[in-house]
Amino acid sequence: MKKALIPFLMVVVLALIPYVGVHYAGLGYLFGIVLPYSAMTILLCGFIFRMADWLRRPVPFCIPTTCGQEQSLDWIKQDKLESPSNFLYAAARVLSEVFFFRSLFRNTRSELHKGSNLTYGSNKWLWLGGLAFHWSLLVIVLRHARFFFIMVPDSLQYLDDADRFLDVTLPAFYMTDALVLAALTFLVLRRIRDAKMRVISLPTDFFPLFLIMAIALVGISMRYVTKVDVMPVKVLMLNLLNFSFEPPGEIGTLFYVHLFLICVLAIYFPFSKLMHMGGIFLSPTRNQCNNSRAKRHSNPWNSPIKFRTYAEYEDDYRDKMKKAKLPVEKQ
Amino acid sequence: MSKYASKVSELKKEFDEKPSILKGNYLDKEWWDIPVEFREGNWCFPAKPEVLESLGFANPRKWAATDQDWKLPGGWEKTISEGLKSRLKKYRSLKLFLDTCVRCGACADKCHFFLGTGDPKNMPVVRAELLRSVYRNDFPLAEKILKGFSGSRKLTPEVIKEWHMYFNQCTECRRCSVFCPFGIDTAEITMLARELLNLIGVNNNWILEPVSNCNRTGNHLGIEPHTFVQNIESLVEDIEDLTGVTVEPTFNRKGAEVLFITPSGDVFGDPGVYTMMGYLLLFHHIGLDYTISTYASEGGNFGMFTSNDMMKKLNAKMYHEAKRLGVKWILGGECGHMWRVVHQYMDTMNGPADFLEQPVSPITGTKFTNAASTKMVHIAEFTADLIHHKKLKLDPTRNDHLRTTFHDSCNIARGMGMFDEPRYVLQNVCKSFHEMPENTIREQTFCCGSGSGLNTEEYMDIRMRGGLPRANAVKHVKEKHQVNSLVTICAIDRASLPTLMNYWVPGVSVYGLHELVGNALVMEGEKKRTEDLRENPMAGFEDREKGDD
Repeated sequence: MKKALIPFLMVVVLALIPYVGVHYAGLGYLFGIVLPYSAMTILLCGFIFRMADWLRRPVPFCIPTTCGQEQSLDWIKQDKLESPSNFLYAAARVLSEVFFFRSLFRNTRSELHKGSNLTYGSNKWLWLGGLAFHWSLLVIVLRHARFFFIMVPDSLQYLDDADRFLDVTLPAFYMTDALVLAALTFLVLRRIRDAKMRVISLPTDFFPLFLIMAIALVGISMRYVTKVDVMPVKVLMLNLLNFSFEPPGEIGTLFYVHLFLICVLAIYFPFSKLMHMGGIFLSPTRNQCNNSRAKRHSNPWNSPIKFRTYAEYEDDYRDKMKKAKLPVEKQ
Repeated sequence: MSKYASKVSELKKEFDEKPSILKGNYLDKEWWDIPVEFREGNWCFPAKPEVLESLGFANPRKWAATDQDWKLPGGWEKTISEGLKSRLKKYRSLKLFLDTCVRCGACADKCHFFLGTGDPKNMPVVRAELLRSVYRNDFPLAEKILKGFSGSRKLTPEVIKEWHMYFNQCTECRRCSVFCPFGIDTAEITMLARELLNLIGVNNNWILEPVSNCNRTGNHLGIEPHTFVQNIESLVEDIEDLTGVTVEPTFNRKGAEVLFITPSGDVFGDPGVYTMMGYLLLFHHIGLDYTISTYASEGGNFGMFTSNDMMKKLNAKMYHEAKRLGVKWILGGECGHMWRVVHQYMDTMNGPADFLEQPVSPITGTKFTNAASTKMVHIAEFTADLIHHKKLKLDPTRNDHLRTTFHDSCNIARGMGMFDEPRYVLQNVCKSFHEMPENTIREQTFCCGSGSGLNTEEYMDIRMRGGLPRANAVKHVKEKHQVNSLVTICAIDRASLPTLMNYWVPGVSVYGLHELVGNALVMEGEKKRTEDLRENPMAGFEDREKGDD
């Protein structure tokens, strides 16, 4: 599996760069200050640019994919979420995709049996794995916000406590750490094990998976194994947030690996398929109302065309039309 | 069976024995390394030079997909690359769908062509990658730097051949888009890819000849006005023979309340004509003040399978004629892609139709607020409303010889969202109705395998393969509930499903919904009805039929 191996090796090499850079070359300033600022700038500007680049393109037609009964006669029950007739329903439809992966929930697995019989079984693993991965990642990112506050806000503390509900290790174990790794492993394995997934996967599909996996693994080992002192980390983060260029203090090298990989992810983000994070909100087949017969959708470039008019038609067929006793405009 | 398709037994053997990616025992090979092979039954004849000339389309010439050299016009790479660039500017959908796919694989086994061919390039995600790989090569800078990493490739004649093959193994049915977490719609990609291919003269005669006909005569079949009238008049005679009732359709009549437009297949083709007879009986039954136009005599729109401009051009006739005739609103017959165009494109392209009025049923007084702007009502909505208000005298036992199931047409299902109206009508005009399995109906319905202009003889192999999932579901209800009638509301279905049923599920006939309505309608002054509109004996009259013979 070259397609999986190359991105795996790329991540390994990437992880070694800050290790060598900080541990041997003493480039703490580069990896702790310069790179994070640059990466965040690229992420923010890139993300905004990509969104704007999509948004500036027109949506010429009203093309929702209708997955339920449209609004029609009073006594026919409309499926408001799958065939939304107003903005509110359409918004609910998009949000149900964003938060609950509604369309993936529908997923089936088709199988071809002897005698050319096809069956379609429910298949929710991708939905479950995807949901576990994205939600865990969100909780983990939110948990990390504590590094950016002098006083940790209550809401973050609650989240943190909830995540440490299973108090089994020292320091207390975060459930999302395990979940995100399990989900990532699943997402990688399915790309390797399933024949269809092997064909459709590209190195760019494996790369972010391995990258995020590496970030999580380094993060976990900092917390549970090498036990990196978090105080200088917090100082560095607070400084960064205050746009200060003060050199970082003594921090374990592993932290630089963690930070560097996050920077790589941030830089990679706007140029890659990871932009699906923004794209999901814009998908015209999901965010438009299915009301195109009730309300006219206008197309900014509605190209002018010349069609064959009735008059031209009648000119060609007048005699035949008269013989067939069809009314004509001109005799 | 057609010489363009293998025998059922051979195909079944292939499904059982040949390793395939669908069964998971496929030898790994990257999709871009699999060569494109044109053979009998998997390509449509290209448009005749005179058809292209009549439309003013590019590169008229004689060629075949099996030729080594496709005689692409000079500078074709530039035409494609600039064509793509300009479409990316015009359609957010295209840009977004090329950018956001994460290749999660949810769509992979949802396409009927993939299920019927096991061809990896028929997975919707790969179908889009065919275009995406070229797009990546041309566009985002970073992807370019990481060439090879991101699966990009150069535009070559081989790529064009691949596009031609696989963008014609997509019926724009949108099933994959139901399952996609980002709603990526392969139909959108296919439509624009076919538009690009048309720019360099890579095309399909079975699409472009109807387009040219429709432009000239008003309908796909190229029926001239007098013949069009004659055809309907012969149906009027058939109705008289069968029911003793004389229905009186009018043509091109100014001042009628309603303009009725249906696919020309209903006027000309078997079994569409029986559906037409059903409409005529219905309109007579309720005394509708309607007219049929010989100029706007086509509901369908093969322009949709050609280009945005062509779709608009052919569709323009509907409003143009409605305005000329001074009707109040338009009633549309049973058709799939016609309704995708009417529902999602017509008003935007050729509206606003402010010379028409918001449709109101003259019989029930129901205001069709859902068609307030487009002013065009679907016949199933119209009839469902009539039945709901008990305005029709129906005898459903007259369809007792039929045990039915309902096939949702792709465009009506996923491009309009009409599911319950036709079912309501069907259940009121016949007593035996059984749904196919839930993953094969409604929004998950399977295409007939011949939609989007692929319903041509020389494409039989692909059509029969693509139709397998639909046929398989019909077979299920045939075995379980002795279903013998597949009811549908799409003209392409009516034309293509009989062949498909003959191939995979012999013994199942295909009906239009309004044919069954026509059977069940108790007409004023009718004679004793013993035969349905096809002159098949109704239940209880089988013996008499034998006696007559």
